[in-house]
Amino acid sequence: MAERSPAARRTLWLVLSLVFAFLYIPIAVLVALSFNEGGLPTAWSGFSLKWYASLAGNSAILSAALNTLIVALVSTTIATLLGTLLAIGIEMRRQYGKGLEALIFAPMIIPDIVLAIALLSFFSMLNLTMGLHTIILAHVVFNLAFVCSVVRARLKSFDWSIVEASADLGASAMTTFRRVTLPVILPAVIAGALLAFTLSVDEFIIAFFTAGAGRASTTLPMQIYAMIRFGITPEINALATIVMAVSITALTLSQRLNRGMIGQ
Amino acid sequence: MRSFTPSRSSLLMAPALVWLIALMVVPCVLVLALAFFRRGIYGGIDYTFTLENFGLVFDPLYAGIFLKSARIAGTATLIAVVIGYAAAYAIAAAPRRWQSVFLFFAVLPFWSNYLIRTYAWIVLLNRQGLITQLLRWLGYTGEPPSMLYTEGAVIAGLVYNYLPFVILACYAPLSRLNPELAEASRDLGASAMTTFRRVILPLTVPGIAAGAVFVFVLSIGNFVTPALLGGGRFQMIGNLVYDQFLTANDWPFGAALAMALIAIMLLVLTAQAIAANRASGRVEAAEGNANG
Repeated sequence: MAERSPAARRTLWLVLSLVFAFLYIPIAVLVALSFNEGGLPTAWSGFSLKWYASLAGNSAILSAALNTLIVALVSTTIATLLGTLLAIGIEMRRQYGKGLEALIFAPMIIPDIVLAIALLSFFSMLNLTMGLHTIILAHVVFNLAFVCSVVRARLKSFDWSIVEASADLGASAMTTFRRVTLPVILPAVIAGALLAFTLSVDEFIIAFFTAGAGRASTTLPMQIYAMIRFGITPEINALATIVMAVSITALTLSQRLNRGMIGQ
Repeated sequence: MRSFTPSRSSLLMAPALVWLIALMVVPCVLVLALAFFRRGIYGGIDYTFTLENFGLVFDPLYAGIFLKSARIAGTATLIAVVIGYAAAYAIAAAPRRWQSVFLFFAVLPFWSNYLIRTYAWIVLLNRQGLITQLLRWLGYTGEPPSMLYTEGAVIAGLVYNYLPFVILACYAPLSRLNPELAEASRDLGASAMTTFRRVILPLTVPGIAAGAVFVFVLSIGNFVTPALLGGGRFQMIGNLVYDQFLTANDWPFGAALAMALIAIMLLVLTAQAIAANRASGRVEAAEGNANG
């Protein structure tokens, strides 16, 4: 960009500082208050880990966390498998219709509330008992779309002639996949899986509609929503801090793998 | 020449496509079809054809909620675009090696839980929150202002949640901008303001459009932010749909509302595609002139 006057440069730094303050102050306040000794949401009365300890004794939260882990692990596994195969299948053929493109893109842009009510009506028309399994069925829908788009991005620069070379040299399709294709796309597959895992752990609306009645299949976001509607407690602050730390770690890892890929 | 048979690629794609059709396409078509039926007396569905659910969408009461949702989403979009564009501009103007770091930290909050990011605003805005305390510290002694459970709180929450995406969308065209274009404009005697308005802004419209559409579409159908920051009785379209399905038990009307929501979304996406198409012509022309 063109040379800038010192005044212009100061303005740009000011803009950056204000935007980052806006983005991080709300989160920072929340994290700070999770270590607050007192039960009051605001007045600081000393450092304490007691709210984290009280989380460990809260059975509703622990069972919700376990449910979330089950849903995220199972839906991520299925979505990673299906999404990767889909990505390879698409990139193998040189032409595909706009309809296919739209079908794969749709889960990423369709409003959550629409997919949520659609699945709720669908499952109840089928007289299906809803629970963790229906949440998993639903989460795979958007997770596979995200995995597919991450893996496809990697395959764009893939040299398919090496697959042919492998076949010409007598390798079976399975050996070629395991020894040639998979090593190339693996970082993208893992990055996609981590992204899917994070999305599933954080997803609230679709889970809320497809969990069915009863508390047995409450996921962590559903539990958090119920707690937030009650009001502010230091316990939510502590829980929020842990959830944020987990998703930010997963995302940073996913980002690193993706960057490593670009460097290859 | 690739020697893969189409059948092998179809085989690879089949499981995912079956999943998407069975658990996205079919349910969506079914729920939208519900809009053409009557609500049963005891809350179920009475399968006689009717168009009255769509008429009800235009009932002043519900049309008012649509207008209010559009107004809130529009305001949030405008604010997010202004702040996001300024931030993206500042990031693109930073030294190269800092740009990716700034960008990463601008997007990071976007990946943490949506409910938690919204909850953070309850912590900030409530009557004993940080903002009230800040006012006290500045010498304000009156009744703490009610900031939570207002339209302003809902807008703040939406801007906060979707700002990172606007920054990302606007950064892409800003970072690709050919610096020689701005220099040429300056050399020809244009002021910094004119250069921005006549050269930089038109070339970055695709990014602004993409960011704006994203914020608008996600805001107008939002259900969590109005429910948490707007208070119990605050309603936007998303909350209305939620009520029809989970409390009022009028699924056909809820389906009609969802259909209206999708129609608005498609309209906005089409407008964006048109804006992006026009702008890409401008970018090509400008690049051609700069290189030629």
